[in-house]
Amino acid sequence: MALMDLANPTRFLALSGRVLPWLAAATAVTLAIGFLLAFRAPADYQQGETVRIMYIHVPFAWLAMLGYSLLALSSLGILVWRHPLADVAHKALAPIGALFAFLCLVTGSLWGRPMWGTYWVWDARLTSMLVLLLLYLGLLALRSAIDDPNQAGRAAAVLTLVGFINVPIVKFSVDWWNTLHQPASVFRMGGPSIHSSLLWPLFATALGFTLLMLTLHLAAMRTEILRRRLRVLEARTAAEAVHA
Amino acid sequence: MADTHAFFIAAAYGASALAIAALALWIALDGRAVRRRLAAMEARGIRRRSSTGAGNGR
Repeated sequence: MALMDLANPTRFLALSGRVLPWLAAATAVTLAIGFLLAFRAPADYQQGETVRIMYIHVPFAWLAMLGYSLLALSSLGILVWRHPLADVAHKALAPIGALFAFLCLVTGSLWGRPMWGTYWVWDARLTSMLVLLLLYLGLLALRSAIDDPNQAGRAAAVLTLVGFINVPIVKFSVDWWNTLHQPASVFRMGGPSIHSSLLWPLFATALGFTLLMLTLHLAAMRTEILRRRLRVLEARTAAEAVHA
Repeated sequence: MADTHAFFIAAAYGASALAIAALALWIALDGRAVRRRLAAMEARGIRRRSSTGAGNGR
C-alpha cells in the first residue's frame, strides 16, 4: 500500500484517535520532567536566575521556525500533490505556530529587560522573528478573508512559500548582521557552547513543547477534517432543500 | 537583584502557561462544537455517502 493511500483523512482519524491520548500523556510527563530539570539547573554565571526563561524562550523560537517549515512542506502538498490532508495540516498548524512565535517574542522581551535593559531593540534577530509572527498572522487573515476553502488553501500555500525565505533569515540573522541578540549556542558548527548542566534541561523542555505542538496539531487536524465533512453535509442538505 | 528578576521569570512562565492553555481550550471547545453539530446531522439521518468507505475529507 502506498504512503499516500495510508494518509487519507478516514485512516488519519482512526490512527490519530488511538495515538492522541498517549501523546498527550507523553507531553505532560516530558514537560513535567523538563520543568523539574529547568528549575533544578544551576543559575548561569552571567544571566543568574534569568536563565530559567531560556528553557521556554529557546524551544518557542525553535518551534516557531519548525512550524513554519512544516507549513512550507504542507504548502507543497497543497500545490503539487493536491493532497487533502496537506491543506488540513496547514490550516490546523498556522495558529499553533503563531502562538509559539508570539510567545518567543514575549518571553524574549521579558528576558531582555533585566539583561539588556530594554524590552525591545530593532535588532535583525528580533525583527525577523517579528516578521515571522506577522507572516503567521497574515496566513490566518488570508484564510478567513477567502470564502472558498480550496482557493483559500492555495492562496495560503503560495504566501507560505514566499514567506519561507524568512526562516533562514531568522536562523542566520545573528551571523549575517551585528546583533544584540547572542549568536547560536546550540545548533552551531563545533557543537553546543552551553554547559551540559544547562543544555539537558533545555533539550527536555524542547522535547516536551515539541510533543505539545504535535498533540495540539493532531487534535486541531481531527476537528478540521470533521468540519469539512460537516460542510459537505450542510451543502448537500441545502441543495436537497432547494430541489424539494 | 534575584528578587527583581523573579518577576520577569514568573511573568514569562505565567504568560506562556496562560496563552498555551487558552489555545488548548480553544482547540478542545472547537472540536466539541464540530462533533456535536455532526452528531446532530447524523441524528437527523444525514450521513456521508462514503461513510462505509474511505472518504477524501474535503
